[in-house]
This record gives sequence, structure tokens and C-alpha cells, in this order.
Amino acid sequence: MTKIVIDGTELDVPADYTLLQACEAAGKEIPRFCYHERLSIAGNCRMCLVEVKGGPPKPTASCAMSVKDLRPGPNGEPPVVLTNSPMVKKAREGVMEFLLINHPLDCPICDQGGECDLQDQAMAYGVDSSRFHENKRAVADPYIGPLVKTCMTRCIKCTRCVRFTAEVAGTMDMGAMNRGEDVEITTYLESAMTSELSGNVADICPVGALLPKPQNFQARPWEMNKTQSIDVMDAVGSAIRIDTRGREVMRILPRVNDLVNEEWISDKARQIVDGLKRQRLDRAYVRVNGKLQAASWSQAFAAIAAKAQATQGARIGALAGDLASVEEMFALKMLVESLGSQNIDCRQDGVKLDPKFGRASYLFNTTIAGIEQADAIMIIGSNPRKEAPVLNARIRKRWRQGGLLLGLIGEKADLTYDYNYLGADPAALEQFASHGAIQKERPMFIIGQAALARPDGLAILSLAAKIAKNIGVVKDGWNGFNVLHTAAARVGGLDIGFTPGEGGLDAVAMTNPGALDMLFNLGADEIDVAPGAFVVYIGSHGDRGAHRADVILPAAAYTEQTGIYVNTEGRVQYAQRACFPPGEAREGWAILRALSEALGHKLPFDSADMLRAKLEAAHPHFVNYDHATPADADALVAGKGGALEARPFGRVIDDYYLTNPIARASAVMAECSAVASGAHAHKEAAE
Amino acid sequence: MSVRRLAENQPASFEFTAQNKAWLEKQIAKYPDGRQASAVIPALWQAQKQNDYWLPKAAIEKVAAMLDMPVIRVMEVATFYTMFNLEPVGKYFIQMCGTTPCMLRGSDEIKAVLERRVGEQRHVTADGLFSWLEVECLGACCNAPMVQINDDYYEDLTPQNFERLLDDLAAGRPVKKGSQAGRVTSEPGPRSLTSLQSFYGADGISGPLSDPARK
Repeated sequence: MTKIVIDGTELDVPADYTLLQACEAAGKEIPRFCYHERLSIAGNCRMCLVEVKGGPPKPTASCAMSVKDLRPGPNGEPPVVLTNSPMVKKAREGVMEFLLINHPLDCPICDQGGECDLQDQAMAYGVDSSRFHENKRAVADPYIGPLVKTCMTRCIKCTRCVRFTAEVAGTMDMGAMNRGEDVEITTYLESAMTSELSGNVADICPVGALLPKPQNFQARPWEMNKTQSIDVMDAVGSAIRIDTRGREVMRILPRVNDLVNEEWISDKARQIVDGLKRQRLDRAYVRVNGKLQAASWSQAFAAIAAKAQATQGARIGALAGDLASVEEMFALKMLVESLGSQNIDCRQDGVKLDPKFGRASYLFNTTIAGIEQADAIMIIGSNPRKEAPVLNARIRKRWRQGGLLLGLIGEKADLTYDYNYLGADPAALEQFASHGAIQKERPMFIIGQAALARPDGLAILSLAAKIAKNIGVVKDGWNGFNVLHTAAARVGGLDIGFTPGEGGLDAVAMTNPGALDMLFNLGADEIDVAPGAFVVYIGSHGDRGAHRADVILPAAAYTEQTGIYVNTEGRVQYAQRACFPPGEAREGWAILRALSEALGHKLPFDSADMLRAKLEAAHPHFVNYDHATPADADALVAGKGGALEARPFGRVIDDYYLTNPIARASAVMAECSAVASGAHAHKEAAE
Repeated sequence: MSVRRLAENQPASFEFTAQNKAWLEKQIAKYPDGRQASAVIPALWQAQKQNDYWLPKAAIEKVAAMLDMPVIRVMEVATFYTMFNLEPVGKYFIQMCGTTPCMLRGSDEIKAVLERRVGEQRHVTADGLFSWLEVECLGACCNAPMVQINDDYYEDLTPQNFERLLDDLAAGRPVKKGSQAGRVTSEPGPRSLTSLQSFYGADGISGPLSDPARK
């Protein structure tokens, strides 16, 4: 710790703090544009100037000067920093005047207006008129992808976006061309950014140069209601803020959660907004003479009740999809069990994880923040870049710090960092087992769904668990055994035991021809149900599941109901309701409660709170919101399963942008998908 | 200066000659392992020399691939330094210094000659012989005004001797590098009281004893 005097207050700060950090520790606000806590220091905007005594007799960029670089006074007094002296004010006003020389001042037509760093700081340091009588510079707007609109005349060259794509996203998409006044921020030859985190550059842009393209001229920030919620596009559970205007979700932004997503979210989490409005199921449907016809809720319930009464309990089943909340699954499980069935499954991809092997067998036990402690990572059957882009950024962050041994068994892919490739099939994993204990303190495994969603998934899981115990991935004080999920609902489903009971059928068996007479499908859209069974689809979007349904009950999407989701770490989080479901659609738990009454098996709750109380009574760890309850590593399965297949690990995600019904309904995601696959060149380039 | 972009007409491919490749590998070997990107400027320089003094897109991409760098990083370097030409230049590429000392010594007249004989900046004459660019200080202020043509400096220019120089180049006649006014390196000019020739002999470099007047 080093002593420093800031505006007359002496305080102790770590010697490696920058002056900017020290000033913030002293409670002083320092204006900045180029400085960003999660990016490297550039020091090129000069807005954070402070006066330093004992340093050079000129204003100092506080972001780029370290506390330990300051000299003490002649008698050993601590160095003195002033953040509000006349010299500082004048210096910052000078910087602001230069920044505004070429800035267009088109705030009235700029989408950043109202949440613009330059606008805000100009209020404090701007001058009321311009002394610049020459022409302003104008810059051509490059195309940089379907999600980010550019307006480069507004750019102040802070290079946050360049540093973001180089450091966090790891795709090196952006760069600064030319020099001096002519600097232009662009991608190489105006190609689309290739990162799954590209939308974040619009967030970190301190001015209106990079803006979210789909939200172009849609809304002003002060018109929107903000709801803090959780993303369900992948199993990371990123913290998001849903901005709504009236009944409409206008945009989705990240929130800071250092334990999960830091302050980034994936493009899918951000831009499925239009998918929430398209293809929506807004009323009930019943299939009559082979055709779905609009019906009232009571007609739909009557049709279900008639079928349920004519069906044996054992011929009924329930499937839960990837976006279902824990409450919905819990209620559906209670309902189907009361009908006398054990055919319950939330694993529509056929993954071999099961709560009976213990919670540690299906969680990301190290936690996402724990990746930063790891010194060796073996990725098995996973492509974290596609399956969990934000988590992949965390691995990359750890890799950039150096001293990380990385390995991959599975399909080769560009993960934005280097790794040792060991092979693509289970044999490579077996071979790896023979290596013996590795000389690393905190090694970890990341096991993807591609390794587990196959007939020999259980054998692979137990082999991985065995290796983990043998080579020290799991040991006292460190559990490096991690399963990376892709479905937001999966861990919650496994936690409440939404899996086949005694003698029950699993998802694959239930959807086979002739297996069931009646199936309750809670938003499972990634699986084909064979003809024969009477399918009741409870979901929000008209996707594959709804097309196959005999009765459709319209439900709320994740932005329209409060629901619990458990992320891949086992972190219990709430997705909050930001707006109301469209038309006659209702919240999932309420549909199931009403349906249970129509079926004569009334569920024992009358409100969502009562349902949650029951859930917490049955599964106590759900009480710990926002907390990842550690699982008992000793219970980890080892030595079970069967023979390994020779088939190499495939991939779980073919098209990152189209993995769930909401994303498939989104035109923006469709465009991203087309751009990523190179199917069509962008329009701007074709002019 | 203004925004520089890649040329519109680009060759389909670019490949280093075996000799240049070997030269470049030697340059890369100068840097520690994993720091091969440090050789980006020599690599671009050599690519430019090989390709008639300008850098096509294919060369930029080739250099990026050879140095294992993202193309955009190489592109940043190529657009930053004006010594890298992104568009074709004439066989004689004239960089005219227009910075203060040269301007005070008459670079405007040199510029007028260029504008008349060659045309606008960055424009190659129809015969492909000349193109020119005004650049910042080339560090030969003692011999101002001056131009750099390809790799060589031509100094002490006047409109007359510069026109003659251009005529000679166009006709393929041999030309004298350095001062066009008969000066040796940057010795004091003809109007001054001392010169290198008075002390170091007629050629200015042979030493005091070679001066017959001193014997």
C-alpha cells in the first residue's frame, strides 16, 4: 500500500493502482472516454487529466500513470494529486474543445443521445461556443456487421472497440486505419465482425459512433422502463436489463455481474428482441380434422381433459424444453405425476446427465469466475465459443494472462485462443487418462454436451470423472470438474428431478412411435415427436413443437413472466417480468394450475409465490438466489457406464444464431446467420 | 495528407520472390520467438519494392499470413505510414518535401513544375514514368529544396535544374544524385567564403594536401 493525497485527503492505495483508480477510491469522479476497466489502457483521449505535484509540471493522464511512479515530496511527504484545481478544469476543457472540433453535434438525431458519455461530460467541461471556423471532418460509414450501425463522423478515436475485439472477443475484427486526423475505425475491407460478442462494441462506445443497428431510431433511453433480468439464450445466465416501452421489449442490454458475465452479453442474448414479437402464439388452438383451429381456453382444456380421461397414466408423458423456467417444470412434474406417470424428461437432446449421480456430475463446479484461478483447462466435446460466448471470453481472459495449459478433445474450431489438440474421439480421452497426475495446481475439465448427448454419454461422463479424480482435477479444496450446458432450463430441470422416475421413459423413448398416447410438451422444440401421441404444446412461439401439437396453450416468453433459471454453475437466478404476454397467452405456472383443475387433479398452489414456497421446501438450495451452491464432489460418478464408441465428438450447435424458437423467429438472427455462413453479401457493399 | 485506401485495380495474387523470401526470413529471425510480427515494416517494405513501389491488397494479406498476424493489424501499419504506397506509382516516384525549410527555399516553384509536368498528386503520367507526392520533412534541410525520387535524394533544386533532371530521367540519361548545384554533400553554398573544396581538395574529400593552392 502506498500513501497518496488526493484533493487534500490522504489515503492508502495499492501501489499498482493507477491515479484514476486511486481517485475513484477517494470518491472523486474522473471523466474518461478511452479508459475502460476491462480493457487495456490506451491513454489517448486525455480527458482524465489531473494535476500532480511531484510529477512533471503539466496535467497528467490519470488512467496511464501509476501511483508507484509518483515521487514523494522533498521531506518524504506523500505525492499530491488534485482533481478539481483550476489547472485541471482548464486542461479538461481544452481536451473537450479538441474532441468537439470534429464531432458533428448532431445529438438531436443521434440514438446515443441521453446515454452518451460525450454529451454528459460536455455538460461539465464543454464550452458554449466553438472557436473552430474551419470545415469539420466527415468520415464514410463502414459496414461492420448486421448488429452494429456505424456513424463514424461522431467517432472520437478512443479505440475501445478495437481493444474490445482484440482483447475480449479475440477476433481482431476492428482496427484504426490511416493516421492523424484521418484515422478511421473499421473492419478489414468492411467485412462483418465475426465475434459472437460483437454487439458489445456499441455498449462500450462512449459516443454515438457505434450503435445497435436493429434499434436504429426506435426509442430514446428515457422513454423506456428498465427491468433487471437474466438471459436464457444459453446456460450462462448472463445478467441483462430489459428495456421496454409500453408492452414492447425495445432492447436488451447487459448488466454487470462479475461472477457470471462481467459486463458482456452474447449477440443472441442481445438481439433476439424482434423474435419476441414474431411467430407468437397468442391464443389457444385445437386440432380439428387434422387442422389447428383457434379455440378458447375452456375449449382447449376440455379437449385435453377428454383425452386425459381416456388415457392410462403410464401412457402419458411430459417433456420440457430449453427455455422453461423451474416453476413451470416443477408444476408440470407435479401434474403429470398426479396423473400417474413417470415419463418425465427435460433432456430433449438425449444427454446422459442425471441427478441420481449427484449435483456435482452436471454442474460447472469451478464456477465461471473460478476459470480465472485455473492453470490448466481440458475442453472435452465442447465449443465454448458457440455454446457460451461469454464464458469463452472468460477462458480467453485467463489465457491472455499467460501460464495456462489448454487442451481440446473434440471438433477442432477457432476458439479465439491457442490450445493443444488431442483428438476428436473418446479414444483420445482414454489415451489422455494414461498421462497420470499433471503438474498443475488447479486443472479443470470443461465437458460439453457433444460428449454427453450420445449413447455412450454416461460412459464418457464416468471416464472423465475417473480421470478427474486420478489426475487431480478434483481434490480437496478444488473441484475442476465442469459440465458446460447449452440450455438455460437444463440445470434447473435436473435440480428438481425433471427426469424419468421408476420405470419411466426418457425423451428419446417418449418420442418414439407408439410409446405414448399423450404428451405434454413444455416448449421442447428441438425434438421430433413421432405421429400417434396426442401432444399438448405449452409454449410461446409457433415453432416445431407447435406444428406437431394437437392442442396449443399459448404461454409467456422469458421476458413476460418471473421465473427461476439455474445456470450451468448451479446459480439460482430470477428472470423478471418486463412486460405482459401477448393476446391470450398466460404465464406457464398459471396455465398448468388452470389445466390441473380441468383435469381434476388440482395442483396445491394458487399463486406463483405459493408454488415457489413448495419448490423451496422440496429443494432447499433454491432459497439461495444469485448463489451457486457448491456440490459435493465426493458423490461424482466414476466407473459406471459402458463401452465407448469410436465415433468422434460432433458439435451441439450447428448455427449459433438459430438455437431456440425465439432466435428462429428473429429476422435479425436470421440475417446474422446468413452473414456468418457467407450465404449473402451485405447490401451496403453491393451498391 | 488525406485518407488513403487500397487501389481499385488489384492484382489477383502476390508472391515474394525466392530471394526476398529468404531475406525476410532472415529479418524474422532477428526477433525472439513469438515476436515475428516485429518484422512487419521490413516485410511490407520489401513487398513494396518488389511490386513496383506499391502495396497491393494481396501483398498485405501475404505479409499477414507470413507473420501470423491478423490482416487488419498489417493494414493498420500499411495505411499509417505514408512511405507505403497503396496505389500504383510512376517508374520515377517523386516525393517532394514541402516542409518549412524547403518551402522558404522555394519548394513552391518545384511544386509548380511537378503540377505542370506530372499533374496532380498521386496521379501517374500516361507514359507511366512519373507520379509525385508532397511529403513532410525528409531531413535534408541544408540542401533545400529537395525531392526524393525512388531511393535517392536530389537536392539544391531550382525550377531549371529540376526540369532538366526530369528530362534526363524521362530520356533515360544518367543523372547525378545529391546536390544539383555542384555542392558536395551539405557544405556551405557557393556564395559563402568557405567550402569543403578550399580545404579538402577539388572533390572535397581528399584532404588538405590535395589542394594545390596550399602547397
